Amino acid sequence: MRTRTAILIALLAILHLALLFAGFFAPYDPTTQNRELPYAPPTRVHFKDSLGFHLRPFVYVWTSGLGGDQLDSYQGSYQEDRSHEYPVHFFVSGPRYKFLGIYETGMHLFGVAEPGKVLLFGTDGYGRDELSRLLFGGQISVAAGITATFIALLAGSILGVIAGYYGRWIDESLMGVTELFLSLPWLYFLLGVRAFLPLHLSTIRTFFLLTGVIGLIGWARPARLVRGVVLSARNRNYVLAAHGFGGSDFYLLRRHILPEAFGLLLTQAALLVPRYIAAEVTLSFFGLGVNEPVPSWGNMLSTLQQYSVLISYRWLLAPACALVVTSVIYSSLADVFHSRLKSYST
Amino acid sequence: MNYLGRRLVRAVLLLIGVSALCFLFTEMAPGSFFDEMRLNPQISPETIAALRSHYGLDQPLLVRYGRWMKSALHADLGYSIAYNTPVAPLLWSRAKNTLLLTTTALLLTWMISVPMGVWAANRHGGLLDKAVNLASSFLVSVPELVIAVALLAIAVRWRILRVGGMMSADYEGLSAWAKLQDVLLHLALPAFILVLCEIAIIVRHVRASVLEVLGAPYVQAARGFGISRARLLFRYVLPVAANPAISLLGFSLAGLLSGSLLVEVVCGWPGLGPLILEATLSRDLYLVIGGIMFSALFMVGGNLVADIMLLALDPRIRREAADAH
Repeated sequence: MRTRTAILIALLAILHLALLFAGFFAPYDPTTQNRELPYAPPTRVHFKDSLGFHLRPFVYVWTSGLGGDQLDSYQGSYQEDRSHEYPVHFFVSGPRYKFLGIYETGMHLFGVAEPGKVLLFGTDGYGRDELSRLLFGGQISVAAGITATFIALLAGSILGVIAGYYGRWIDESLMGVTELFLSLPWLYFLLGVRAFLPLHLSTIRTFFLLTGVIGLIGWARPARLVRGVVLSARNRNYVLAAHGFGGSDFYLLRRHILPEAFGLLLTQAALLVPRYIAAEVTLSFFGLGVNEPVPSWGNMLSTLQQYSVLISYRWLLAPACALVVTSVIYSSLADVFHSRLKSYST
Repeated sequence: MNYLGRRLVRAVLLLIGVSALCFLFTEMAPGSFFDEMRLNPQISPETIAALRSHYGLDQPLLVRYGRWMKSALHADLGYSIAYNTPVAPLLWSRAKNTLLLTTTALLLTWMISVPMGVWAANRHGGLLDKAVNLASSFLVSVPELVIAVALLAIAVRWRILRVGGMMSADYEGLSAWAKLQDVLLHLALPAFILVLCEIAIIVRHVRASVLEVLGAPYVQAARGFGISRARLLFRYVLPVAANPAISLLGFSLAGLLSGSLLVEVVCGWPGLGPLILEATLSRDLYLVIGGIMFSALFMVGGNLVADIMLLALDPRIRREAADAH
């Protein structure tokens, strides 16, 4: 169990570091278009040429035999131009980006000299590097999931504590409202609330709007769970004793009651983050979330709504795979937390 | 029947609450349907103001809510601005398709997952149990969107099922039997996607509740009396384990409806989903509210069905209902 938890947390750390330092791991800027390379398949990395084996990998450039008016038939039309090799170099300087949003640099993990291109996950319809978009898009999608979870848990625990601790009519009315929120299918509700808000906004505002809406809809379940914990903790002897010694409400909550809810909140967080990432992805997929050209896993997937794109360019499913990996890691972690919580309480 | 009466009152209160919540949200909305028109220099501000007052959008919140309530009682649910007709008939023509899809998926899901869950619990710790457990815990964590897109890709690539819409282009010319066949072929893919989205959760719950009952002292005692395993399972365990499973039915409906919205949009099934999405994009306020009300209505209806089933199957609830009387 210990090792499993450790492995999961390590995987989670790798994932988040890769997204956090997206600029470093991505070879290109996510919005730069290569109009001559639409729907280019993933670049093959070679070690062997006619001269034999090389320790340093190299790539060839894609050349297409078709003109720009044959956009739908790019499938299979790309060929490797073997006349020139482009060795892959590490720690190269490339397009400039802001490291962690503060420090501007051009350092990338790997890259090849122009006009060579290393497109490990291929390109999309505008010839933008899919890997770079995947990493930068992941930044937005995962950050949206985490922020929305934070909002939902914060609102949920504040209201849950109020309902559980003060009880009576406050409790009853709050629980009535949670029932209202829980009785609606979340996607209908999400679309409904989204319908009342402006469609075209700057990316930053859209981001906070989206996370706000997703978090707002999700507060009800954590609120109920926290209320349950507070309700049972309130009448424990040590809490009553502390109350008798003159501890204030705030002190009792902070010192004696909220720590009991910590495990529960952690489990809920691991459960909600993948769900809210999926919510952001779904909204952006529908065109109601993050807008182009800024990438998010959702708007990257939305090109797949055309059947011809869906079946011809398999590498464009990369965001879906990334989403599955993220979800599986988070929910396995939630399982681990959940079983620990159960073994503590019994 | 007092029990059902109370449930019914609760359901109506819930629907009123949902509608009030929707109107509260509209009050916070900064934009409106007429935003696009305002950008058009050919439409004067007076025209827009006249349109606004025609649809009653310039009235205060309470007046609008009161009017909407009145129209809801006439089974109109307000007026769609984009379609220029009452909302309810518009929604109902689509809701039928959504109901067809979701009930098919619901029946299929339960028909597959209940035997599977019971079987896995009965062979607890066996190979099948482990396989079901592993598969369901993986499937639970895969987002619905990914399942939908992946299956759609497979279906389009291998041309195994009809994709897109609900009928073929030559639908009108077909015989009644061929029509039915055509709709069923189109239904297969979205229904299958929905089943995959929902099945894992239900298998897990059924398995857990059967396992819990299997461990109960009275089952052990029955086993001690030498009652056969099959009789034990069907006569002693399943009726008790049915209660949590049926309560789950109401909850699973929420997931099913959300999933169906997504699947309808992805597969082009002409249900509520694409209509609501379109209404959201064009900010057709009353249509969106109507869509939410319809989904809430389905939820409430499903929960009522679950309540009735519980009442019929579980003597404890009957006793409780009689005691409360």
